[in-house]
Amino acid sequence: MPLVGAPDTKRAAAVVCRGLQKRYGDVVAVAGLDLEVRAGECFGLLGPNGAGKTTTIEILEGLLKQDAGEVEVLGLRWGTDDRALRQRLGIQLQDTQLQEKLSVEEVVRLFRSFYRRGPSVGDVLRMVELESKRRSWVGKLSGGQKQRLAVACALVNEPDLLFLDEPTTGLDPQSRRQLWSLLDRFRADGGTIVLTTHYMDEAQTLCDRVAIMDQGRIIALGTPRELISSLGAEHAVEFAIDRGAEVSTSLLAQLPGVTDARVDAGTVRLRVTEPHVVIPALLLELERQRLQLSQLATHQATLEDVFVAHTGRHLRDE
Amino acid sequence: MSRRERPYHPLIELTIARLLEFVREPEAVFWVVVFPLVVALALGIAFRTKGDEPVYVGVLEAAGSAEVTAALTKAPGIQARLVARDRADLALRDGEVQVIVLPGTPPTYRFDPARPESKLARLAVDAALQRAAGRADRFTAGEETIEAVGARYIDWLIPGLLGMNIMGTGMWSIGFSVVWARTRRVLKRLAATPMSRRDYLLAQMLARLVFLGLEVGALLGFAALAFSVPIRGSLWTLSGVVLLGALAFGGLGLLVASRARTIEAASGWMNFSMLPMWVVSGVFFSSAHFPAPMQPFIHALPLTALNDALRAVMLDGATPREVGAEAAILGAWAVVCFSISLRIFRWK
Ligand SMILES: Nc1ncnc2c1ncn2[C@@H]1O[C@H](COP(=O)(O)OP(=O)(O)O)[C@@H](O)[C@H]1O
Ligand SMILES: [Mg+2]
Repeated sequence: MPLVGAPDTKRAAAVVCRGLQKRYGDVVAVAGLDLEVRAGECFGLLGPNGAGKTTTIEILEGLLKQDAGEVEVLGLRWGTDDRALRQRLGIQLQDTQLQEKLSVEEVVRLFRSFYRRGPSVGDVLRMVELESKRRSWVGKLSGGQKQRLAVACALVNEPDLLFLDEPTTGLDPQSRRQLWSLLDRFRADGGTIVLTTHYMDEAQTLCDRVAIMDQGRIIALGTPRELISSLGAEHAVEFAIDRGAEVSTSLLAQLPGVTDARVDAGTVRLRVTEPHVVIPALLLELERQRLQLSQLATHQATLEDVFVAHTGRHLRDE
Repeated sequence: MSRRERPYHPLIELTIARLLEFVREPEAVFWVVVFPLVVALALGIAFRTKGDEPVYVGVLEAAGSAEVTAALTKAPGIQARLVARDRADLALRDGEVQVIVLPGTPPTYRFDPARPESKLARLAVDAALQRAAGRADRFTAGEETIEAVGARYIDWLIPGLLGMNIMGTGMWSIGFSVVWARTRRVLKRLAATPMSRRDYLLAQMLARLVFLGLEVGALLGFAALAFSVPIRGSLWTLSGVVLLGALAFGGLGLLVASRARTIEAASGWMNFSMLPMWVVSGVFFSSAHFPAPMQPFIHALPLTALNDALRAVMLDGATPREVGAEAAILGAWAVVCFSISLRIFRWK
């Protein structure tokens, strides 16, 4: 029985999963997950470490067996259509390791040999801008180059669907942008991407839709814009008080234009609709309480704020 | 490996990849190719026919020791020397002398009967002293010493060393590369492609065969040059036996490594499976010494089959038909181990 009823949506669904569950002993890694990725979109799983992103994506990739739930990828199922399915998928694992003693082109050629169709070795290397490293051993590449090679191995078959698990973790800003533009080009050619990340800016920049995950569940789902505007406040004001003095959040929450106020490690975070109204009122209030500011910043609300609003915690605990 | 844009069949690409990884690991090349040669050289020298090795005798410093020493020294094949009373037991223990003579009438021989060379030395010393004391031989036996090529211990030893080498390098090189790839999660990445798992495992065995010729050729060439060890059977038959042996141990190596998660666990299993064969499969001494009930098991072991077949071909000039049973045993090991590995292999 197809998981999605209507024929037009079935054609449009690259990944469908229902009631996905996976546990490791007492740890519930994935706790009943439903999601649907449309063909041609870039779909992000955003969540902190341990949220269950890798477990989820590896089940979708057919590398892990779920305890319960249904998975359909490109209209096919794991266990019956594996070979056909693998021909059409591109996969980059979290911390992909490749043969260190082989050169870049040898690795790409090896991976290319597993697939019936796809670009030539040279074309793949051009795509990921590794031509100059063609003869270098994998073990001698920088982190960013290794990551691009991992993506190259995922692209050797012109996949219909690309899975990326934390593609830019640990990369410097320039390498991250290089990879982002590579993925943009893949999208522009009609490819579908499912990626995991714990960087909210990555999800916001790359993804058409984002599922925010925490403790094996999806706690929010939508386009980055939808998710942010669901906060009802598109800006955030953050400040700290001199010498870490206490300030009453309930008083702050009553200021005009403030929808929420919390204190987190000495920093007060206000979610606000209109910063230009809130800030003068805030300054007056602090003066009335004879408190001195040590720091003040405002920014547009991000997916991070969405995560904080749902869980009370930050994406990255550092 | 210049700019080849079109890949070959995955089996060939996987084999090439494995070979490249191997030759780019100089240490691995050393342990697989050079080290066995060094071992063969050392063992060959240690076990080569020693010709007329003398008997070493110690004479305790006491009254009459000079006469005893003189009598012994006159006898052929005996090297006698004086030893101080406090050094005697040490010299015996360390093998500097094989027997100690305490002069007297009659003299006393001190020796360790558990050492065959000591028992021999005792007999030689006794004969020499009896003769010196006036005993006449009833007859002098004729002697025929074996120095014919093909019947010496070294001739028997080299095929065993070759078999042991084929076993060791086959198992270590395949086992390590597989477990290394598993711990680095290269296997997991490969399992995420449509790569045929049989191709991957076969490639490990094929890559092994490429260096087999080099390794076996070096050892045999060396044995022929240094010790004139003969190869009486045809080179084709010998190659066939070597190939089957390499496949059998390649399969066993895969099997042993098919589930190990760490290099340490894999080494443990390797040693566990190889050690019994070092002992019972007739590398250094004949497996015929083991009790009859054990013989069927010993003969079913791949190293026994390989050593027996190598000896038959090299020393007795056996034809393929004559080593058919051993070949069948080796083939069965290869096929069974490979099939089981394919089923139980752990990719993550
Ligand atoms: N092989 C495993 N054995 C035991 N627990 C695991 C295993 N893999 C993951 N987990 C646990 O499952 C949870 C989710 O892990 P993971 O899917 O890797 O999260 P993420 O990728 O979001 O960081 C974590 O609590 C993790 O410790
Ligand atoms: Mg992860």
